Amino acid sequence: MLQYIIKRLLLLPFLLFVFSIIAFILIQAPPGDFLTSYIAELAASGSSIERAQIDALRTLYGLDQPYYIQYIKWVSRLLTGDLGFSLDWQKPISELIGERLALTLALGIGTFIFTWMVAIPIGILSATKQYSFFDYFFTVFNYIGVATPTFMTALVLMWIAFKYYGLSITGLFSPEYIDATWSFDRTIDLLKHLWLPVVILGMDGTARLARVMRANLLDELKKPYMEMARAKGLSEWRLVMKYPVRLALNPLVSTIGWYLPLIFSGSVIVATVMNLPTIGPMLLRALISQDMYLAGTIILIYMILAIIGTLISDILLAWLDPRIRMEDN
Amino acid sequence: MNPAKSPPNPTTSMGSTSTTMSDDTFRDDDAFDVAPNWKLVWWRFKKHRLALVSGVVLMVIALIAVFPDFFSTRNPHKTSAMQSFMPTQGIHFFFEGSLIPHMDKLVGKRNSTTLKMEWKSHKTQKVPVGFFVEGYDYQILGIIDTNIHLFGVSDPKSLQSIHLLGTDRLGRDQWSRLMHGTRVSLSIGLVAVSLSIFFGILLGGISGYFGGWVDMIIQRFIEILQSLPPIPIWMALTASLPRDWSVEQTYFAITIILSMIGWTTLAREVRGRFLSMREEDFVMAAHLSGCSQMRIIFRHMLPTFTSHIIATSTLAVPVMIINETFLSFLGLGLRPPAISWGVLLQEAQNLQSIALAPWLLLPGLAVIITVLALNILGDGLRDAADPYS
Repeated sequence: MLQYIIKRLLLLPFLLFVFSIIAFILIQAPPGDFLTSYIAELAASGSSIERAQIDALRTLYGLDQPYYIQYIKWVSRLLTGDLGFSLDWQKPISELIGERLALTLALGIGTFIFTWMVAIPIGILSATKQYSFFDYFFTVFNYIGVATPTFMTALVLMWIAFKYYGLSITGLFSPEYIDATWSFDRTIDLLKHLWLPVVILGMDGTARLARVMRANLLDELKKPYMEMARAKGLSEWRLVMKYPVRLALNPLVSTIGWYLPLIFSGSVIVATVMNLPTIGPMLLRALISQDMYLAGTIILIYMILAIIGTLISDILLAWLDPRIRMEDN
Repeated sequence: MNPAKSPPNPTTSMGSTSTTMSDDTFRDDDAFDVAPNWKLVWWRFKKHRLALVSGVVLMVIALIAVFPDFFSTRNPHKTSAMQSFMPTQGIHFFFEGSLIPHMDKLVGKRNSTTLKMEWKSHKTQKVPVGFFVEGYDYQILGIIDTNIHLFGVSDPKSLQSIHLLGTDRLGRDQWSRLMHGTRVSLSIGLVAVSLSIFFGILLGGISGYFGGWVDMIIQRFIEILQSLPPIPIWMALTASLPRDWSVEQTYFAITIILSMIGWTTLAREVRGRFLSMREEDFVMAAHLSGCSQMRIIFRHMLPTFTSHIIATSTLAVPVMIINETFLSFLGLGLRPPAISWGVLLQEAQNLQSIALAPWLLLPGLAVIITVLALNILGDGLRDAADPYS
């Protein structure tokens, strides 16, 4: 087990290296360098930036040097914990991202917990009561859940809340808590606002996961050991919960690997529509205003979140299923 | 969803194609034995009623995508400052007991306190609506000049207009824009999936057929691509497209960007099939009869899982459509004057606009219906293509 985890962990630096290169390529992708477009934008709006400041930025990012030197400069600054400076916001990036990252994590993890808590019972009930009204109802619900883009759900709910209750359900905090320091009350206020984006974001995943759970469990329910246990007189409910559900959960764990990154990456859109203070809308703004180092840093964060998601699922799977951890030996 | 299935017929085992087993008991064995693969798939598919209905719905949508102008009532780019934010309107078929299709005439009045246009239907004045009427000029498939539309104002010379789904901020007719958006959104999905199929089969095939270090490199490459967070990457790539590109250039760039990650799933599937099939007797037989590698791949191996590829691709199209909608909605994908469902939904991006004009959300319904139909059709195809389920 330990050997397996170490093996996985050893892969991390390599993956991070590859991903940082991809992020760097994305930073460089727009035509022209970001400083030139920034100066052009300033000139267009009538203000200007001092010559000395431009030169300072140029040498800081090594813009007059070849790409690989720019890359090394960027990465070595990242490694020392210096995320750089956002031209658009005129603030250090680490200061900008700090709280937003925490809220992104809260939203993602909240959605993940919600999905599992809802999808597994639905999956179990759909499978044990196959072809019942309940099963059909959730089949329809699942199809619609998968077919509806998350931002549509968000927009429709926002419209309903506004039209019938006169509420504006955007943001993650009430106005009086937006700039307040963290306190118990602020956390409670956050939870009061967090549930709705969590439900919206989790709908698609709940639908998919419930379908996977239903299919897995149906496969297990057909197996001979079920007959055996029934013949021994185990009550139906205990029997289902004790053996097939546990086995059906196993393949579900492997979905964490793609589902957790998907939540984080999908939250960009919901967060933009609902105006949530996460890193998603900031990425959009950075991309539109060509604040490329901020955009690159945020993309790298999403990549790291994706790696962590995969890592968690790998370790959980190995822990649950001895066949996987023995495979490599 | 058919709970009772008869066991596979023992007399139907055949050597070369592995997908000839079926639960069709009502057909006699002779017809069954000689039926080609696609016919077996079709027999199974026909039983899935919902998938058949979805197929019909998709045909209508495809028809709209091919002839959007025929279904439109007004030039989708035509703006009209006096007609902004008109609400949706239904067609009434009966007037005083006789069949005269018409729509109520809408009269706008500016509210003096909120300065908002308020539209009310005129009680007595009606706009007669006809089918196959003359309207604005257009070209069918860019060749034939015509001005016939499915429906519209009966009198082609009248200055009145009808707006089935209302109008947007600039007074453009949303129904006509939706028809034109269908062409772009649907075709982006299809083109992006076609590209994915091409790369998926090519690289998956190479990987699975040759194995060894080639397989190793391609697999690691796929793993890295699959562990990337797709939406932020797509956003960054589309944001970096030059702003001065033409609509067509952006369109193709977006299909390429979308298929960049999409091909990996298909490649894995194709690889798995190739790996398991390499050892099969019929491949060995083809080898021994002196077939070239190309012939073995394209004539012997690929046809055995074409139905699978079709099913998987059908399920991939809705994903692409949703992703294009996401990107255009965020303002990073297609940009006006291009019309796609995502571009239309951009008008409904914030609470203020949807509170003012909730019908701007309707293009989202088109997305949901199309994606739903494609998903059901894809599931039906997948079940039909799999002989062992």
